Amino acid sequence: MHGLINRAVQCFVRDIYGPQAWAELAASVGVGIEGFEAMLVYEDKVTEQLVSDLARLRGRPASDILEDLGTYLVTHENTRAIRRLLRFGGETFLEFLYSLDDLPDRARLAVPELDLPQLRLSELEPGRYILHASSHHIGFGAVLVGILRALADDYGTLALLELTGEHPHEELLAIELLDADFAEGNSFTLGSGLASFSQEGAA
Amino acid sequence: MNPGQELHGGDGEAQGLPIMPEALDRLMPMHLLLNQAGHITRAGPSLQKLRPDQQLAGARFLEVFELKRPAGATRVSDLLRAEGGRLRLTFRSCPRTGFVGLVSKLPGDAGLIVNLSFGFNVIEAVQDYALTGADFAATDLAVEMLYLVEAKTAAMSESRALNQRLHGAKLAAEEQAYTDILTGLSNRRAMDEVLERLTTSASRFGLMNLDLDFFKSVNDTLGHAAGDHVLRVVAEVLRAQTRENDLIVRAGGDEFVLIFVGTSNLDQLCDLGRRIIASLEEPIPFEGEVCRISGSVGLTVSDFYTVPSVEQMMQHADAALYASKRGGRGRVTVYTPELDGMAPAG
Repeated sequence: MHGLINRAVQCFVRDIYGPQAWAELAASVGVGIEGFEAMLVYEDKVTEQLVSDLARLRGRPASDILEDLGTYLVTHENTRAIRRLLRFGGETFLEFLYSLDDLPDRARLAVPELDLPQLRLSELEPGRYILHASSHHIGFGAVLVGILRALADDYGTLALLELTGEHPHEELLAIELLDADFAEGNSFTLGSGLASFSQEGAA
Repeated sequence: MNPGQELHGGDGEAQGLPIMPEALDRLMPMHLLLNQAGHITRAGPSLQKLRPDQQLAGARFLEVFELKRPAGATRVSDLLRAEGGRLRLTFRSCPRTGFVGLVSKLPGDAGLIVNLSFGFNVIEAVQDYALTGADFAATDLAVEMLYLVEAKTAAMSESRALNQRLHGAKLAAEEQAYTDILTGLSNRRAMDEVLERLTTSASRFGLMNLDLDFFKSVNDTLGHAAGDHVLRVVAEVLRAQTRENDLIVRAGGDEFVLIFVGTSNLDQLCDLGRRIIASLEEPIPFEGEVCRISGSVGLTVSDFYTVPSVEQMMQHADAALYASKRGGRGRVTVYTPELDGMAPAG
């Protein structure tokens, strides 16, 4: 699994549960306290153990924790870049949902080795959708639920999300859009993520 | 395809192609329609958004924009001189955003249509005007480009962080590779490199071999912990007696080599050798016991050789050291040719 994914789990544990929790998890998995490098690739079993040990240490089902991880990726200050890159997907939450089909390709544009699950949105009827997430790994679906819930909030859309099916290589998410303009969403302007870029350009 | 030809190539067909202004706004949100007098008659919504306090429609095109290419245009009809219809222009007022554009003639006397894009200025422009995806046509690749810039910047900063960590680890590993772990002194590897450099550059230097005396009995009677403690104390003594630039090497168990860069004064070096020995002979307390050691020193200097070789100088310093040991220990001997062949083989 790509280091970015392991690193995301590491930062999540550190930022949400605290450094001590990360130290325990790192010891349990057998990696150093400095953890994972975001730009290296690790064996899949490392990630699997990371998630199962985390669930054991927290005494909660892995799917609950992974959902929190998804929420963290969109809402936490330290992962601002991820929220911005996701928001490039569309002007509205629905547009964003349709852009998910391209998500793995988009991710690969930035980090060629990053292998995300293939996503496919199908419309059951207006306002009701099924998202198919195909991957060799179970768990992405739960992370997606967290990501999509948090992003719906970010767009100001009221949506219901639920993991409805789990097959060996595919997880299904039911999505129901209740009110596209439920609340004032957070703003997303194209330039606000570029400040650091301009500074670096000037340096 | 040359858009100019498309629009006014066959007048009948072109005029027969109705396009609603709203469709124009959607397809080309940064377009301008210009009449023959040079006034803007319509401005696309994204372009108008850049100048919220100024109604673009009705203004004179050349008063709002400064034309960079084609250069020297004074009338709107000069725009058509642009090679391939390509324009470069900037706003006259601040922020003086730059644009690239395409111009084409409209049928009959309807004037000109100009479509603008930010080109490479897009990164400044989206920041200056707080633009969103809705300000760009879905076919415009600007948003995709901005996505890439952000994604690559994020990935790059992760890579840079990794490079820095690896660089730090490399420095630490290099330092370790040249350091004796017990004493923190340099090791043989560092010594070989420094000696090689000094002889190659024909620098002046002094070479001192130092063997501890009675160290083995400390180890045998008081144990290895005492031995290790003594070695650390010896390292402190050597550091205290030498200058920053001198290299102190733990070459083996109780063997040390000192390299004095830029110094070949034998009197000074002999004095220093005796001072070191005197310091080593101070009793070293360890866990209620007292360790007593001394040292034997052999000296040679680069001035002895027309072309100094590392191997030869080490042999000579060893021969001098052996003479010190044979002469009763706790003393300093300077190499002389008479000592040759007196050191034990190996």
